[in-house]
Amino acid sequence: MITLSVNGKREQVDVDPGTPLLWVLRENLKLTGTKYGCGMALCGACTVHLDGEAVRSCVTPVSRAVGKKVTTIEGLSADLSHPLQRAWSELDVPQCGYCQSGQIMAAAVLLRENPHPTDQDIDEGMAGNICRCGTYPRIRRAIHRAAALAAEGRAR
Amino acid sequence: MSTAGIPGVSRRRGRPSPMNRREFLKTGAAASGSLVIALHFSTLKPSDALLGAGAGEFAPNAFVHVGADGAVTVIIGKSEMGQGVYTSLPMILAEELDADWTRVRCEFAPVDPAYNHTVFGIQLTGGSTSTWSSYEQFRKAGAVARALLVAAAAETWGVAPQDCRTENSFVIHDSSQRRLPYGELARKAAGLKPPAEVKLKDPKDFKIIGKALHRLDTPAKTNGSAMFSIDVDRPGMLVTLVARPPVFGGKAKSFDAGAAKAVRGVKEVVEIPRGIAVVAEGYVAARRGREALKITWDNGPMAGYSTAKQRAEYAALANTPGIVARHDGDAAGTLAAATRKLEAEYELPYLAHATMEPMNCVADVRADSCEVWAGTQMQTLDRITAAQAAGLKPEQVQLHTTFLGGGFGRRAVPDCHMVLEAVQVSKAVRAPVKLMWTREDDMRGGYYRPYFYHRLAGGLDANGNITAWKQTLVGQSFLIGSPFEMMVQKGIDPTSVEGAADLPYSIPNIHVEVHNPKHEVPTLWWRSVGHTHTAFVVESFLDELAHAAGKDPYELRRALLAGKPRQLRVLETVAQKAGWGTPLPAGRGWGIAVHDSFESYTAHVAEVSVSPKGEVRVHRIVCAVDCGPVVNPDTIKAQFEGAAVFALTAALYGEISLEDGRVKQSNFHDYPMLRIHECPEIEVHIVDSTDKQGGIGEPGVPCVAPAVANAIFGATGKRVRRLPIRAEDLRSI
Repeated sequence: MITLSVNGKREQVDVDPGTPLLWVLRENLKLTGTKYGCGMALCGACTVHLDGEAVRSCVTPVSRAVGKKVTTIEGLSADLSHPLQRAWSELDVPQCGYCQSGQIMAAAVLLRENPHPTDQDIDEGMAGNICRCGTYPRIRRAIHRAAALAAEGRAR
Repeated sequence: MSTAGIPGVSRRRGRPSPMNRREFLKTGAAASGSLVIALHFSTLKPSDALLGAGAGEFAPNAFVHVGADGAVTVIIGKSEMGQGVYTSLPMILAEELDADWTRVRCEFAPVDPAYNHTVFGIQLTGGSTSTWSSYEQFRKAGAVARALLVAAAAETWGVAPQDCRTENSFVIHDSSQRRLPYGELARKAAGLKPPAEVKLKDPKDFKIIGKALHRLDTPAKTNGSAMFSIDVDRPGMLVTLVARPPVFGGKAKSFDAGAAKAVRGVKEVVEIPRGIAVVAEGYVAARRGREALKITWDNGPMAGYSTAKQRAEYAALANTPGIVARHDGDAAGTLAAATRKLEAEYELPYLAHATMEPMNCVADVRADSCEVWAGTQMQTLDRITAAQAAGLKPEQVQLHTTFLGGGFGRRAVPDCHMVLEAVQVSKAVRAPVKLMWTREDDMRGGYYRPYFYHRLAGGLDANGNITAWKQTLVGQSFLIGSPFEMMVQKGIDPTSVEGAADLPYSIPNIHVEVHNPKHEVPTLWWRSVGHTHTAFVVESFLDELAHAAGKDPYELRRALLAGKPRQLRVLETVAQKAGWGTPLPAGRGWGIAVHDSFESYTAHVAEVSVSPKGEVRVHRIVCAVDCGPVVNPDTIKAQFEGAAVFALTAALYGEISLEDGRVKQSNFHDYPMLRIHECPEIEVHIVDSTDKQGGIGEPGVPCVAPAVANAIFGATGKRVRRLPIRAEDLRSI
């Protein structure tokens, strides 16, 4: 048995320690917001947080998550209130939507490390996440917008 | 896990619906044993197909439901793959219903003839047709529902219906200052007989259509709750991966499943017609099990084949007479006598759709029923295929459409292979099964945009006028031999020659021929289909002729499009918005292209620079589109932004190639996608138009590659004649 902390909940799973975290989240814990895209850390669709750091869960053995806090898209906010979710909604970023969990989870780390990113900062921070629908122009605008929303939140 | 109430999964159970003539006009076994289906195409107007003659069959309840709580649910037979139908179709209906938009939800329909495409006659999403082909249908559906709610209110109050009006989900009787919400009227309205005729609004009174309203699916797509078929879970469900032949057209000679069955979590190994399926408790076990399979393959006729051989074959074929797709005047004679003759060869590779959600399907076959969950664009054929594979009747099959993690044509597969394989495996193991493709399976699994080779010749007279145009196209047809073969007319597959045979330029002598060689490589429509290659070739070669004649490429296009107002409008708009002809920073070049596809008219300008090493940077793309009356301008902008990225990916990187019969590429490291740091500034300009509505999902693609290639010529003087664009063709050091 492996014990995990996922979105603030203690979970126990009976899997091989080498099993990628992605499949434990999706198949054992039924948290399907985290997506399979490539299995090789090439596309970013599977991005989750381990103790606040973005990792590609498709190549992260579940053993690495033991003793750390795992956060998935389902744990980002209970009610779409995270500044990134609000900005994503304001700008209608998603098209097919499949990559967006990974985009938002990657952007959350970018904003925490850099609350006011430039376009270039965004390009560098988000280059690991592929969007086949081509929502990049909106992702850029939405990250700027989320930065502004977060700043307003802090000012209050 | 139940899928009830989860965004992206249809909850409505399909009414038992025996196939009728409309759903399935003609079936029969062709020589190949594949289905042959007669569809009625294009000559029918939407109103004739579903609403006109058979007005008695019009069923408003198929499209809209008003709850006692006032919630309005719009049920759509179209699939949402990012293109926005989950929002735009409800907008059309809500407009005529005068619904409170904040209370409107959307749901995917079951498979039912009521949801058949008004032109194609089966339930499918494709060809950039959803909005225009549903426009009148959804307006009428909303207007009928509104009329019933008004009648219910009028009856309640004892007043004349014509003295009532509607607004924001209320019926209002002004003279008595009474109002009732739709929710309270729903029950009474349900018992009334729908009117035979309804009056539609004057477009000047529209409150919803034409507005940039927010997408209804955005919340579910920002918190992980949107349900794609890959996310579906069923009690006792197993996961299966199939080992398929490494060479297209091959098959398994023999296999040893011993080691695979010994892998922890592997339940069964079963042979299906297309390969060997490993069935396991989860993805990881299925993958490890598949790796442990020992299979001896017969590689079939494509063993040893390569892209290099294909290129040589196609070039030779282009020297032989093909099927004539267009013949105006005397191109051969004019070319022979031309003052100047230009000749060129163009080449475009196979392309994978590479949807972010790899192919997958869930099937649960029981003795007397079958349930299927699929992110599909082709429900009618999927259900028929599932029924045949399960040994059941179509009405015993319930197909749930989920959100699609990208489509681009890949999920409109005439052979329905995803559903077919999932049903075969579920039947064999007597359990619900999720059949998955790995990214590598997806990349190597075929159904590509066909490889195309074009040979061109153009003639100029002494004044630099284009007097002759000859074009020969060589590439596979995916319609011939498919259930859609009836689209092939007089031997011409329109998806091979669209955008070339209908060249819009006024050139007196035009000759276009096509060859459709056959290979085992499965090919398919890929966002904008034939226009993906014809627009690139036509717009590049026209640019070659313009430069050879010493003419401005924009002005030459304008002159050759005289009398074509829609093309001219987008061309002039894009040139003006981009600032065509104004000086650019040193090292940068302009390129322009204009094209029409899926009944919409588009023009693009690209601004690029090329490094000494031949690396291309696209700085800016400006586009103009005339798609007729607009439903949601923000959806159009989003589609054109996305199409620019999609088309740039193909232009800069996209290539599936064959070596020793095998596909060389396997994942995003060797079939790269454009990433955010490579994304140019993209401006979209929608031209006001009251002309015929056209499509939006695909028309943003065709002009991008030629505009970029023409801009590269502007920047470097080097002509790109093969895609993807290669640094080695452009380097100056």
